[in-house]
Amino acid sequence: MKELLSGNEAVAQGALEADVKVAVAYPGTPSTEILETIAARHKSIYAQWSPNEKVAYEVGIGSSLGGARTIVTMKHVGLNVAADPFMTHAYTGVNAGFVVISADDPEMHSSQNEQDNRFFAHFAKVPMLEPSDSQESKDMVLEGMKISEEFDTPLLLRMTTRISHSKGVVELSEPCEYEGDKFVKNPSKYVMVPGNARGRHVVVTERLEKLKEYAEKTPYNFIENNGSKIGIITGGISYQYTKEVLPDADYLKLGFTYPLPMKKIADFIKSHDRVIVIEELEPFYEDQIKIEGLKVEGKKYFGVLGELSPARVAAGLKKAGIIDKVAISEIPPTENMFPRPPVLCPGCSHRGVFMALNKLKVAVTGDIGCYTLGALPPLKSVDTCICMGASIGNAIGMEKVDGYKKGTVAVIGDSTFLHSGVTGLMDAVYNNSNVTIMILDNSVTAMTGGQEHPSTGKTLMGEKANEVDIPSLCKALGVKNYRDVDPYDYEATLNAIKEEIEKPGPSVIRTNRPCVLMPKRIMDEPFVVDLELCTACTLCFRISCPAILASEETNDRGKPKAIIDTTLCTGCTLCAQICPDEAIILQSKMVTEGV
Amino acid sequence: MSDSYNILIVGVGGQGVLLASEIISEVAIRANLDVKKSEIHGMSQRGGVVSSHVKIAKKVYSPTIEYGQADVLISFEQAEGLRALDWMKKNGVAIVSTTTLIPAIVTSSKGFNYPDDSIAEMKKKANNVIAVEADDIARELGNPRLVNTILLGVLSTIAPYDQNLWEESIKARVKEKFIDINLKAIERGRQLNPKAVKA
Repeated sequence: MKELLSGNEAVAQGALEADVKVAVAYPGTPSTEILETIAARHKSIYAQWSPNEKVAYEVGIGSSLGGARTIVTMKHVGLNVAADPFMTHAYTGVNAGFVVISADDPEMHSSQNEQDNRFFAHFAKVPMLEPSDSQESKDMVLEGMKISEEFDTPLLLRMTTRISHSKGVVELSEPCEYEGDKFVKNPSKYVMVPGNARGRHVVVTERLEKLKEYAEKTPYNFIENNGSKIGIITGGISYQYTKEVLPDADYLKLGFTYPLPMKKIADFIKSHDRVIVIEELEPFYEDQIKIEGLKVEGKKYFGVLGELSPARVAAGLKKAGIIDKVAISEIPPTENMFPRPPVLCPGCSHRGVFMALNKLKVAVTGDIGCYTLGALPPLKSVDTCICMGASIGNAIGMEKVDGYKKGTVAVIGDSTFLHSGVTGLMDAVYNNSNVTIMILDNSVTAMTGGQEHPSTGKTLMGEKANEVDIPSLCKALGVKNYRDVDPYDYEATLNAIKEEIEKPGPSVIRTNRPCVLMPKRIMDEPFVVDLELCTACTLCFRISCPAILASEETNDRGKPKAIIDTTLCTGCTLCAQICPDEAIILQSKMVTEGV
Repeated sequence: MSDSYNILIVGVGGQGVLLASEIISEVAIRANLDVKKSEIHGMSQRGGVVSSHVKIAKKVYSPTIEYGQADVLISFEQAEGLRALDWMKKNGVAIVSTTTLIPAIVTSSKGFNYPDDSIAEMKKKANNVIAVEADDIARELGNPRLVNTILLGVLSTIAPYDQNLWEESIKARVKEKFIDINLKAIERGRQLNPKAVKA
């Protein structure tokens, strides 16, 4: 049976077919849909969100040790968070198969960096598979499980955004059956104290040699011989791009990409006049091949930045003198067209906070989530964004050196706070920092599409869950200055921030309005603009609400008066609160008065 | 590669771009062809541009359509149609809804203008631009969210696939309670004989 699946859906299908019993993750674009698909369609698999990737990975180690085939999924930067267990898990090895899926984001469509996680396989000395389409994404889960079990190692399945989010036709298979052995105590293998770990590092090194032999014979590293003198070594999505540009070259297509099949590569190089390595981001294959003293070319034609595309591959091959003309052109810079940047939604509960922070002109250390959008004009009030949870530590350090005259405020969402803000807050309490921390609690993991988390009261599989109570948690950590504020009340939000900045010691202000989109769409009565009263002062344009538009009517200086799109307005009231002319009123009021 | 057919669909978050590309892909599968589709999600719910690439051929490699390589451009918003026009092949066909969605940035900052008449601009640059008053038709049908299916109706009259595959694909891909209304919408789209609209 054939089905059109995204790479992520294909991984979920692969998990089903490989008889995976446990799937664990923290949401992160572009990886999120793997677990969502499992929870929605493959209910025989136990799937859960963990508070962060480190915990997710550790849960996965446990279920694998307990005899269940396990996948753990995350975006590329998530593996930084999980790197601690990952690096040592390479030493202990597994019981039942364990595959960690890292979805990298070349081009940073939805990420803070474009690190190349293939280096993590090298770093931890674990095997890696890289799919180049949805079919391989599915097949490589089962293959990964077999390799993991045969070589007693975790395996890295490295995806990229284009693989995860593109759909292709996948041939489905019947699920296999896997019955693992239960946990058997084995301290020298599983207790990584120095004496045991030294022994295990030897095992890891020997294992790597065996994996090198495996790399030579796996069908996932294959040669396509078209009788050309030009050879291409490539893998992942770059294979597809290159096939489109240069269908008649010879290919060594890599799917099992760490450790590399060096003998196969050397033979391939020997039998061709020129060999070009084409890979996205860093010269991961190229550098390793060159270290072996083999002659290949690559990055000097293609660069290390962003995503490749058939056009970029063609341009690189032209630069290399392999093709004379490029049939497809790269995208020229856009002409003077207006942009359509992402914005905070109409009615977003973060808007009032950024209006207040913008007014106060404090330094704002930001975090990862929708509220990063508060950095964009005209709200323009987020000054840093590094990684999950960084806002709090950043603010502590900034405050410690009096780094910004008007004071520093950290903003962090609920899911991000539970992910890795709690330890930052603990630091603020312990080291008695004067920092003010705003937890923008909208009761959902919003940016990735509305996932549950430990304080939403529901699990990934839709069951009722215990709720972590954020106010009690803060108080238990020792926060004395704690308060909730309604972010739809602009004055109250502004005053709360002003007051807490003045107080000594750490303060926490939590906003308490849910996301307007998820899990339920919130639509209250919309507001409208009374054009008789509107003086076109344009203040309401500066709160960056997509529902507020310029009307055709202008004031005597030619400035446009405002109009509200009532199909978008959620009735949050913020624009009405700041309108100096009281021109923004509830729709029902306008109608009755107008008659 | 004459058997290939590339369709680029653009719009703004919430307009049904992804469902439309699912339906086209389903048609391709039912026509026993290879198909890949690619889009970037993530920021789409927050008012950004959404585009979906659908590539159909006997064998598809790259899931993305290259600049200047789309046989058909479908746009659910007129200025987005203009923005994406050059992704079309020289003799490609653009099917564009006259819908306008003006983003807040145009209102709140100087220096950005929303085009007065994107359709006219498109017609200056391309020969085959089919403008569709899809908002009005959708409203007549009783659901403003049908703009996407109406445009698919227009597409079905020019794409090289059997007409019944479109109905089958809608039945396979649309939620049960919306199937009937979507079937009506695609039929309405078909009745907009492209040649008549062009004139």
